[in-house]
This record gives sequence, C-alpha cells and structure tokens, in this order.
Amino acid sequence: MIPTVQTVHIVSIAIVMTSMAMLDLRLIGIAGRRQSLTEVGARFLPWVWVTLVVLLCSGSLLIIAEPNRELINQVFWLKMSLLVCAIILTAIFQTMLRRRSGFWEHHRAAAILLGSVSLLMWVGIVGAGRWIAYVEHG
Amino acid sequence: MIKQFFQTVEATPWGTAVRESTWLFPTIESIHVLSLVLVVGSIMVVDLRLLNIASRRRSVKELADEILPWTWTAFVCALITGSLLFSSSAVRYTGIWQFDAKMCMLVLAAINMGIFHLGAFRSVAQWDLAPSKPPLAAKLAGGISLTIWVIIVSLGRWIGFV
Repeated sequence: MIPTVQTVHIVSIAIVMTSMAMLDLRLIGIAGRRQSLTEVGARFLPWVWVTLVVLLCSGSLLIIAEPNRELINQVFWLKMSLLVCAIILTAIFQTMLRRRSGFWEHHRAAAILLGSVSLLMWVGIVGAGRWIAYVEHG
Repeated sequence: MIKQFFQTVEATPWGTAVRESTWLFPTIESIHVLSLVLVVGSIMVVDLRLLNIASRRRSVKELADEILPWTWTAFVCALITGSLLFSSSAVRYTGIWQFDAKMCMLVLAAINMGIFHLGAFRSVAQWDLAPSKPPLAAKLAGGISLTIWVIIVSLGRWIGFV
C-alpha cells in the first residue's frame, strides 16, 4: 500500500516539479522564450494547482500510515515550511501576472530573483522529501 | 561469470564509497529523484501533447524541440546517479525482480521512442499544422510512453521496499 501511494506521490511531484521548473526557467529567461510568460503560465499553472491537491491527499495518507515517521521529523517540517513559502511565491507570481500581463517583463530583476528562489525551494522540497526517510524520528 | 562482474562493480572505489558512507547514498538518491521527476514530467508534457490532452495549440515539433534537451540532460543525471546507487550493492539489486523489470521497462521505453522517431515523427511537418491533430501512431506512442514511465517509477519505488 505505502509503495503505491508513494508512486502516486512521486508521479505527482514529477508534474509539479517540471511545471514549476518550466515556469521558473521562463521567468529567469532561460527556457521556453518562444512563448510569452502569460502563455507559459496558462499552460502549466492549472496543472500545478490541481496536482498539488493530489499531493496533499497522497501525502496525508502517508502521514496517517506512519505518523511518527513524519510528524516528529525535523526534515518533514523543513519540507512543509519550504512548501508553504514556494506556494506563496507561486501565488504572488500568478497574481502579478493576472493584474498586468507584462509585469514580469518590466521588472526583470524581480523576475530573475523570484524564479531562482522558487526553483531552489522546489529542489529543496524534493530533496527534503527523500531525506525524511533517513533522519531519525525526533 | 556475470555474478563476478557485479562483484567487481561493487568493489570499485565508487561502489565501496557509496556503500560505506552514511550520507552518500541518500544524497545521490535525492539527486536521482530530482532528475527522474524532471525526466518523467517533461516526457509527460510531450506524451500529453501527442494524446491531444495538453498544450493543444502548440506545434508538436516546437514543443519537442523546446523540452527534450531538458529531458536528456535530466536523463543523463538520472543515469549517472542510478549507476552509482546500483554499484553500492550490484549483486543484491540484480537479484531483485523489480530491478530487472525496471531495466526491461527502460529498454521498452527506448524502443517505443525509437519507433516513434523513425515512424510517425518523420512526417511531423505534414500533421503538425494548426490545429494539429497527431495521427493514431503518435497517440499510441504517447499513451504507451506515459504508461511505461509510470510503471518505471512504481518499480523504482518498489525496489526500496524489498
């Protein structure tokens, strides 16, 4: 059971991580430059939000199955903190983009900073997720 | 003979280092997970386009050109980190059917990709006109690829529980 839920969790992480990497790299200006930021956002953001719900459900199941492995694990809480920050950054990105489609093109320094910090956070989330298994409870 | 070969793999300096260190295995494994989610995620972008489910307004050729270099970069990282993890206990891994099945699935994924690139993708210019509707062969390649990669992730995760 746990391996199956973990597989669902990892495939969902693949969707969110790739979507966020595409968005962040476009924000920084490294990838996907043939499309506008608004177009890239419209392509990937819906997948991010929907899949995050799937991750919340599969993650909750994993916590219920082994509460001690997660809830008294410092790496788990590091992962959760990074996740909250990353979600806030994504919401800021989306809100500014909706208000003014050229916002991030006009604020290049902020775009590069936001993209880089967000990308590093998601990398940290994936890394911390794997490390949960290796840190002693408590 | 084959067992001897895997024993030699285990005895290599890197195999020994990954096996004996407390932090090397989880660190390499984390990089492996990061690489594989990018491989699988970026392949899914292409597969879902071929299935006409996502990015429908984009040209398949353009989308593939844009994303596949990232896929290959991540795949090389996954291959290197995976080989390092394997070398830490090569004999044990080759005795696990989930590991053997995962390797077979990787070969199947490569064959599926090869058939697509030598087949339907060669005439991409003819069917990639807006609004592009991939032919059955392309849809099939996308569907098979999607299925194979989910199985690969599942087998990979399963290996950790044996």
